[in-house]
Amino acid sequence: MSKPSKKIEGDPTTTGHSWDGIEEFNNPLPRWWLWTFYVCIIWGIGYTIAYPAWPGIKGATEGMLGWSTRANVAADIQAAEDKLAPINAKLEAAELTQIASDAELGPYATSAGAAVFKTWCAQCHGSGAAGAKGYPNLLDNDWLWGGDIENIYLTIKHGIRNEEDDEARYSEMPAFGDDYLEDEDIDAVVNYVMSLSGDAKDASVVSAGAEVFADECASCHAEDGTGDREQGAPNLADAIWLYGGDYDTIKETVTYSRYGVMPSWGNRLSEAQVRAVASYVHQLGGGE
Amino acid sequence: MTTPPEPSLYAAREPIFPKRVKGSFRNLKWYLMALMLGVYYVTPFLRWDRGPSLPDQAVLIDLANRRFFFFMIEIWPHEFYFVAGLLIMAGLGLFLFTSAAGRVWCGYACPQTVWTDLFILVERWIEGDRNARLRLHRQKKLDFRKARLRLTKWIAWLLIGLATGGAWVFYFADAPTLAVDLVTGQAHPVAYTTMAILTFTTFFFGGFAREQICIYACPWPRIQAAMMDEDTLTIGYREWRGEPRKARGVGEDTQGDCINCMACVNVCPMGIDIRDGQQMECITCGLCIDACDEIMEKVGKPRGLIDYLALTDEPQEREGKPPRPVWQHILRPRTILYTTLWSAVGVALVVALFLRSDIEMTVAPVRNPTFVTLSDGSIRNTYEVRLRNKHGEDRPFRVTVKGDLTLRVELEGTPYETVTVPADAMLNQRVYVIAPKGSDPANSHRTEFRFWVEDISNGDRVHKDTIFNGKGN
Repeated sequence: MSKPSKKIEGDPTTTGHSWDGIEEFNNPLPRWWLWTFYVCIIWGIGYTIAYPAWPGIKGATEGMLGWSTRANVAADIQAAEDKLAPINAKLEAAELTQIASDAELGPYATSAGAAVFKTWCAQCHGSGAAGAKGYPNLLDNDWLWGGDIENIYLTIKHGIRNEEDDEARYSEMPAFGDDYLEDEDIDAVVNYVMSLSGDAKDASVVSAGAEVFADECASCHAEDGTGDREQGAPNLADAIWLYGGDYDTIKETVTYSRYGVMPSWGNRLSEAQVRAVASYVHQLGGGE
Repeated sequence: MTTPPEPSLYAAREPIFPKRVKGSFRNLKWYLMALMLGVYYVTPFLRWDRGPSLPDQAVLIDLANRRFFFFMIEIWPHEFYFVAGLLIMAGLGLFLFTSAAGRVWCGYACPQTVWTDLFILVERWIEGDRNARLRLHRQKKLDFRKARLRLTKWIAWLLIGLATGGAWVFYFADAPTLAVDLVTGQAHPVAYTTMAILTFTTFFFGGFAREQICIYACPWPRIQAAMMDEDTLTIGYREWRGEPRKARGVGEDTQGDCINCMACVNVCPMGIDIRDGQQMECITCGLCIDACDEIMEKVGKPRGLIDYLALTDEPQEREGKPPRPVWQHILRPRTILYTTLWSAVGVALVVALFLRSDIEMTVAPVRNPTFVTLSDGSIRNTYEVRLRNKHGEDRPFRVTVKGDLTLRVELEGTPYETVTVPADAMLNQRVYVIAPKGSDPANSHRTEFRFWVEDISNGDRVHKDTIFNGKGN
């Protein structure tokens, strides 16, 4: 709103640069800004000396301070382990059955166990613990070897049919198709087993199958087919099938048997980790 | 043709020694400074009773527990949109004020301005007014007096800086406790570090960098210029009245009102001459108006040679007519739009604040797997139910479902259908919903139902609709 003042009347200062007659006014930058720039350069040089920076053929320069992200991660992990050492010691000393109700240990065991599970167990049992064909679903209330915390703990610690661990749970179902039972006996017993939890494919052979079952199967799977957890014999009367409940799958099981192996984790995981993952599995919805 | 001497592309900072001034804008600035510094320093010590399990500090940013307390309002992290809304309102408010009255934020309310003003006040108390400070500055020899004055000033500045940084950390912890801890050396290192950084920045920005921050470091001057138009009231010089100013060769009869006393330049904290017109440097603090009014009164001329002016008034003022009233400048589509938007956001926030429930439930169906078959053939779905209790006391919540009558609820870890959520806390509860073998929900693909959560102590309840996945499809 005012007319041009004396400052820009006459000859304004220009930078002295001229391109095709176009000149540039000089609006000087504050000198401290320039110094800031130099300080940044010096800082930058110092930084590349102090920290890993210059790329070489085999790797970058290490820097005078010896700083590295790997060392930091290792230190962080160590710090976390040190921090958790007291509660892990408490977890190892606690009664298994008391962990869940302990206000401090319960939530810790569950969340620590979830991490262990997702690292070591999810490959077979699935990240949601729903299992897969041949790998038990840990969410349901059906357990081959027992679903209380102590049995789960034993299973995890020693594994199943794991020959490297003498204490591993062990049982073996015979392959009945191996010159042992006739085809019609197998067909009958399969139909009988199907009838325990629903409908048989061929109802006419169920009573014949019941006789075969009583002779050959009841010693492990019990007379009513509800199984025996002492020897990991599945309950055949419920709605849950590890390999499948259709005629062909059951026939395959009876004919060739099954031999699922679970490794023992006691020699790979710490005692606290085994207890944590047992607690986690126990609270997934089927724990007894 | 001779080559002109190469001019330097860099300039040293010109030190500025603003002179003391009296007047209405100076008084307004004193009041605002007292108010804003008072609010800043006192707020952390205000108390507000929220019951036994919650902090009683009226304004507290509780980073450890992720809560923001503001008197009766408690903001949880998932309600951060309230803070976002406040920031939007602050932005729109800045638009509004800038389009109406120019850079009033810069001139009156910006911390950089307020603290610099305070530092200049301290400087004047210790070293004297402009002329004394100029003399001290020009005195090359560092004698005892200069050293004493400088040291006193810097110590005073550092103490102010320390108090500034100190007040800042009080917003993040219980202020009285932290005050004792700070003095006894018990406080967290982060508190000391924060204080040290803020002490240094206050000392340096307010004492030495001053206008350089506004001119070179701050983006606002450039952004705010975009919100001003020709109706914006901003500080200007009525050059049609003042020019030609008193100078050699200007006769008494042709001379304008400006007597070229430099009062407006001497008081300017930015070191500019407002008579050159609006400049990027001008923070519109109004001190030049006060300075000029004082002189005009002395020489018997009307006040307002330098004043809040709008560009649109210039033609009629040149013809000797009075400017249009202020409200005509302020009331225009742009300011009305900003006001409307600002109010709309404000109303929306207030409504959202009063409508929010003090129980909050989120239900996340577990989809890995979508359902589990139990040994009796029934179908079970799992839901991660997150319950927030926003009260200051523990509350028992009963979880029920409404929908298909065959659905049954079980809670993980408890045989009861009630869980207690501790005061001001969140609980993740796994909830199982079971449909018996052969029932509709078990056999169909999807069944809708509703979760109800009820506080059995007072009957408050909330619900959430969700889906039961069966095995049919």
